[in-house]
Amino acid sequence: MSDTAAEATVPRPAQESAIGPRRPPLLAVGPVAWARANLFSSWLSTAVTLALIYLIVRWAMGFVDWAFVNAIWSVPVVNGQAQTQACRALNGAGACWAVVTEKHRFMLFGTYPYEEHWRPALCVLLFIGLYIVSAMRRFWRKELAYIWIGTLTLIGVLMWGGVFGLSYVPQERWGGLVITLILATFGIALAFPLSILVALGRRSRLPAIKALCVLYVELIRGVPLISLLFMASVMFPLFLPEGINIDKLLRAQVAIILFAAAYLAEVVRGGLQALPRGQYEAADALGLSYWQKTGFIILPQALRLVIPPLVNTFIGMFKDTSLVLIIGIFDLLTAGKTAIIEPAWQGFGIEIYVTIGLIYFIFCFAMSRYSQGLEAELNRHRVR
Amino acid sequence: MSATMDTAAHLSSAARTDGPPAILMDKVNKWYGALHVLRDINLSVAQGERVVVCGPSGSGKSTMIRCINRLEQHQEGRIVVDNIELTDDLRSLDAIRREVGMVFQSFNLFPHLTILENCTLAPIWVRRMPKKEAEALAMEYLTRVKIPEQANKYPGQLSGGQQQRVAIARALCMKPKIMLFDEPTSALDPEMIKEVLDTMVMLADTGMTMICVTHEMGFARQVADRVVFMDRGEIVESGVPEQLFNDPKTERLKTFLSQILRGH
Ligand SMILES: Nc1ncnc2c1ncn2[C@@H]1O[C@H](COP(=O)(O)OP(=O)(O)OP(=O)(O)O)[C@@H](O)[C@H]1O
Ligand SMILES: [Mg+2]
Repeated sequence: MSDTAAEATVPRPAQESAIGPRRPPLLAVGPVAWARANLFSSWLSTAVTLALIYLIVRWAMGFVDWAFVNAIWSVPVVNGQAQTQACRALNGAGACWAVVTEKHRFMLFGTYPYEEHWRPALCVLLFIGLYIVSAMRRFWRKELAYIWIGTLTLIGVLMWGGVFGLSYVPQERWGGLVITLILATFGIALAFPLSILVALGRRSRLPAIKALCVLYVELIRGVPLISLLFMASVMFPLFLPEGINIDKLLRAQVAIILFAAAYLAEVVRGGLQALPRGQYEAADALGLSYWQKTGFIILPQALRLVIPPLVNTFIGMFKDTSLVLIIGIFDLLTAGKTAIIEPAWQGFGIEIYVTIGLIYFIFCFAMSRYSQGLEAELNRHRVR
Repeated sequence: MSATMDTAAHLSSAARTDGPPAILMDKVNKWYGALHVLRDINLSVAQGERVVVCGPSGSGKSTMIRCINRLEQHQEGRIVVDNIELTDDLRSLDAIRREVGMVFQSFNLFPHLTILENCTLAPIWVRRMPKKEAEALAMEYLTRVKIPEQANKYPGQLSGGQQQRVAIARALCMKPKIMLFDEPTSALDPEMIKEVLDTMVMLADTGMTMICVTHEMGFARQVADRVVFMDRGEIVESGVPEQLFNDPKTERLKTFLSQILRGH
């Protein structure tokens, strides 16, 4: 009785009240359904799936055998000579991680004086700490700039020494992971702002500025990084007056910054172009100045749009720092290569390269994951 | 006899003819490349006067009002806004943009900022208003356009009508003397047009000087002191709404009105 009255006064969609929300058919959800739909949908796909599973399992078992079961983790050292006979006897059936155990200090710190290794080690930790702090949005304030300046100064003091009772270590002796981190960090930290200026300049109404920016991007992009590095290391000193000598690392660093900025500038420009003209007009109509408009309206939106290609370029740049090996700077990769020159360790390159690859992977993967999180967070406003 | 005399006679009580005009356009010409989009535009808008501009698509309505806050530059003639002549001088540009608010057809809110931030950005950075004060002012205007409860949302979370009302509030937060509207309701669904027009009527009642490009004839009749009809870059006719709509003098306006009526 009351039911009918209520139904008469409150019209409801008949379906909803009668049946209620239905669940999707069982077969359409869950991992089993997914596997059935994607892996075993026909005889052919079942066969391909099984064959691939077999191959993957075989390969994984082989890798576990090589990397763990048959691996040798350390070898005896007699009179400063590593005794690698046991490793050679494996004949490739197992990894000789002993080379990493033995040479890890060299890979990480190059030819830096052995008893001072704590200094570059501390620098690596400082770099990582700096990345972590910079990654947290809570710290995205003016103070972050001071943190950067302070940390980088501290790293410089630690690496060079010569003050506070630290012994002086010339730049030629630096090497390993620190070099990679120095090149990548300064590279990204300076190339990124430069690229923004270039991208803005390329859209400038002033013909001179525009031409300069176009010229810069086209010139640098048209040349491989290797030749830029060669120019920085070989040609550039020829033009300098007698007696003036700019640090080789610094020259390589400048080459990397200029190279990366050209690429980043095009990425940023893509973001600028993606913004509707109305955003510029609304900012103009409100009376915002060029820099206010750029800083508050244009860049925050443009950069959010291009986070994926930006991080793509950052990651590429991080790995491209390894090219400095051709001008004899001891980055992580060069140090690793050098470590196995010693006769006792010749032939154990795979272990070294796997380890170096893992280190690169950790940094690049962290960047990638972080950028995905950041992208999701910064673009929350686009979700209804 | 002439249209200008009619206009003066019908000025609303809010419009003050004694003082200098809020906007003066004197023989303004503009070209896009070879395309002559504004031809000898003469228009004088008194303080507190509400002018509605209508005309077929491509007739130069947007271009004309965008010249008033110099989103577009005219090439010949003089434009004087609030006693400041529009020149290449950057200082005059800043001064004018501070006094002239604009509302666009496509809202153009800043999607990455909240509604409140949209409204406070310019007062804080252009008017150098303290943040607290700017926020209080923004809340006041958001209340006036009847959406204070949305202050902390992002534009993408609002309906079109709500976004356009925010855009109006955002412009008002700069305390402009003149408001320009470029087809503020053309991008809206019919049920949202009314809420925006109501907001504009309310604004008209405060005595704001307004120039509004719109084809909403009801709105024009209700608030306009004068309607200006443009075609092919010229001002063809102008006068009080009743006279213009009921007794069009030119063929072009007759055709236009019949099209508008058929369209609605
Ligand atoms: N940036 C531009 N470059 C070249 N031509 C333009 C530009 N902006 C507008 N025009 C042209 O100028 C003329 C006037 O345009 P305007 O936008 O002022 O017309 P409108 O009256 O506002 O039309 P609508 O009702 O469609 O908005 C049109 O022919 C248009 O194609
Ligand atoms: Mg228009």
